[in-house]
Amino acid sequence: MSCLRAVVKKEFRQIARDARMLIFLVAMPGFLLLMFGFALNFDVKHIPLAVCDEDGSAASREFIGNFIHTEYFDLKFELSDARRVDRLLNEEKVRVAMVIPRGFGADLAAGRGPAVQVLLDGANALSASTSAGYIGTIVQNFAIRMTTRRSADRGFKSVGLPLASEIRVWYNPELRSANFLVPGLMAFILMVVLVISTAFSIVREKERGTMEQIMVSPIRPVELIIGKTIPYVVISLLSAHLVLLLGWVLFNVTIKGSYPLLLLTITLFLIGGLGQGLLISTITRTQQVAFQLATLSTLLPTFILSGFVFPVRNMPPVIQAFTYLVPAKYFLVTLRSIILKGAGIGAFWDQVLYLAGFAVLMLGLSTARMKKAGETGQTVKPGKQSVNGSRGER
Amino acid sequence: MRKIGQIIRKEFLQLKRDPRLLPIIFVAPVIQLLLMGYAANLDVRDIPTVVCDLDGTVASRGVVAKFFNSGYFRLKNDVPDIRALDHYLDDGEASLAIVIGRGFSDKLAAGRTASVQLIVDGSESQSATVGASYASLILSGYTQKIMLEKLTRLEPLGLRPVRVNPEVRIWYNPELKSRNFMVPGVLGLVLMVMTMMLTAMAIVREKEAGTMEQLIVTPIRPLELITGKLLPFLIIGLIDVCLILSVATFLFRVPLRGSVLLLFAMSLLFMMTTLGLGLFISTISRTQQQAMMTTVFFMMPMMLLSGFVFPIENMPKAFQFFTYVIPLRYYFVIIRGIFLKGVGAMELWGQGLALIAFGAAILILSVLRFRKKVG
Repeated sequence: MSCLRAVVKKEFRQIARDARMLIFLVAMPGFLLLMFGFALNFDVKHIPLAVCDEDGSAASREFIGNFIHTEYFDLKFELSDARRVDRLLNEEKVRVAMVIPRGFGADLAAGRGPAVQVLLDGANALSASTSAGYIGTIVQNFAIRMTTRRSADRGFKSVGLPLASEIRVWYNPELRSANFLVPGLMAFILMVVLVISTAFSIVREKERGTMEQIMVSPIRPVELIIGKTIPYVVISLLSAHLVLLLGWVLFNVTIKGSYPLLLLTITLFLIGGLGQGLLISTITRTQQVAFQLATLSTLLPTFILSGFVFPVRNMPPVIQAFTYLVPAKYFLVTLRSIILKGAGIGAFWDQVLYLAGFAVLMLGLSTARMKKAGETGQTVKPGKQSVNGSRGER
Repeated sequence: MRKIGQIIRKEFLQLKRDPRLLPIIFVAPVIQLLLMGYAANLDVRDIPTVVCDLDGTVASRGVVAKFFNSGYFRLKNDVPDIRALDHYLDDGEASLAIVIGRGFSDKLAAGRTASVQLIVDGSESQSATVGASYASLILSGYTQKIMLEKLTRLEPLGLRPVRVNPEVRIWYNPELKSRNFMVPGVLGLVLMVMTMMLTAMAIVREKEAGTMEQLIVTPIRPLELITGKLLPFLIIGLIDVCLILSVATFLFRVPLRGSVLLLFAMSLLFMMTTLGLGLFISTISRTQQQAMMTTVFFMMPMMLLSGFVFPIENMPKAFQFFTYVIPLRYYFVIIRGIFLKGVGAMELWGQGLALIAFGAAILILSVLRFRKKVG
């Protein structure tokens, strides 16, 4: 027990000595939250638009007005020549260009259904398909409004609006990205910061040759593992609360569900992530490799495969099968249920069970690796070799 | 010149010495590419939908069918009771619920306004926005159809409906595949991670091991040392470009419409900035862990604010100004322009110039810092 305390103390001291490490563990979460909360979103609004109105009639101006009086489109260019459209799209000055042909107003009045040419920059598929949806809706609504107005002018009462849609949004009525992102970001930050910083913890000692000293001391591998983990658990719990606090202060995201349950899942997820970091640390020899492995196994899967940014149901079945291996996926479901929906344990007990299983597996594997390495003395050699090796080359 | 060659040889020897590093350098980009190509899909299709049709008439079923024929929505279940909807949305089994009240068809027949209620799960706000926009498109299309039917009956009386046909043409990516947007982006990401990180860590590693001092007392001049240290990573970067180009075009069939030569030239300019940043980080770090964390600290904002996934035009003005100091931003315009739009040097010279300016500035700054430390 006293050995354990010594390791914890040593690790804390090492973290404290390196100011940059502390900044990384504390400032990174805050910084990311700010970025995601204020700067990054998928809302498709203020799409830069160019219009070439060859008709120039009252009707065509009214038609254009329907686009620019929304928050979806910003009129950037009014062209007199349709040929300039190409350049504007090529240089990404606009994403949508509209050409209203001569005779638009006359055709409209005669009921001939004039065509309007819409050119859409499709490079970014998500924004393009959303803007295509907006354009379609705006055009249809324009036609509906003109029809009802005209029929009213002529005294037909029966042509009222036949259908009305009533859209209600649950859980996040204003569709604020922050509500969606705070839980996701928590998973992302914890996973990245934790796994990367713990992945270094053991391999660093190997590379510097201090592992040898620890190995000959009476510390058992289990104590070493637990001792190396505790400081990071404490720091990450603080990070997690920082995210919650900032989410509440800046974005007014409150926890709808039970706090103890939230704490439990965060802790389980933390332990799993730390186990993963330690495992990487025990199987690598140099910090370069440890770092590459840690980013490869956390950054991308957590960002891409967890459902944080990209919906899982869009992925091909093979990749969907892979997502079951990503702990952040389960964590995310749980966090969203607790924070946004206020659901009870009944809705996600299986997710929590998986997180617990992952944590046990990762800690078990890394302890086993440590033990084996400790018995054969393997841990020590590679570190020394690489130091001697790089000297010997010159 | 020979001295530089020797340092390059030493660097490569060192890379080969660690049997796990080399595979990672070349396998990691491919894994990233596969993940981004197959999994990073923002297309909103097959939104799981639950229907509660309390009317149960031909008219109400017609509206519901409109939704499922569009391809955007997938029927999860039909429930007879409005209270059953809660369970589907709470558990996340469905993201959209369509509710049609009793008397829907009667109102429609009587010419009064009938309503359709949609409940959207907003906890995934981006799919919710897209789903809601599709839903209103479908409903307004249906509204128009009913009005047209009604007006054709009135046409003998001299009333004709107003119609506008939008002819939408989608340029550059007509099938609207997000893959065509994401995969070229990976090129920028991988190049940045590989060159910046490896450079920073390789130099700091030598400091940490104490072998830097030995290099300094040799007759190698600092500039030669830096060139020798940076060139191997430039070569690795170029190999990564080839690797990603071939996977992107042969496996993912991303159209490469512009000049490959221009792409390589621009990639070299871009790598000047990342290698320079790597060198800079190495001059302000003492340990590899510090170097790594500093690199991540530089990389995160660059990755997120460069327009890789999140569109720059959605950001607040202050952030948009900030994106101008991110070299990756220019590189993304270049690669997407060359891949998808097939534009040439005429359109891209401005971006190239920005890369040159940044590259020169950061390289000069870090070389000066490095020499000062050495001297």
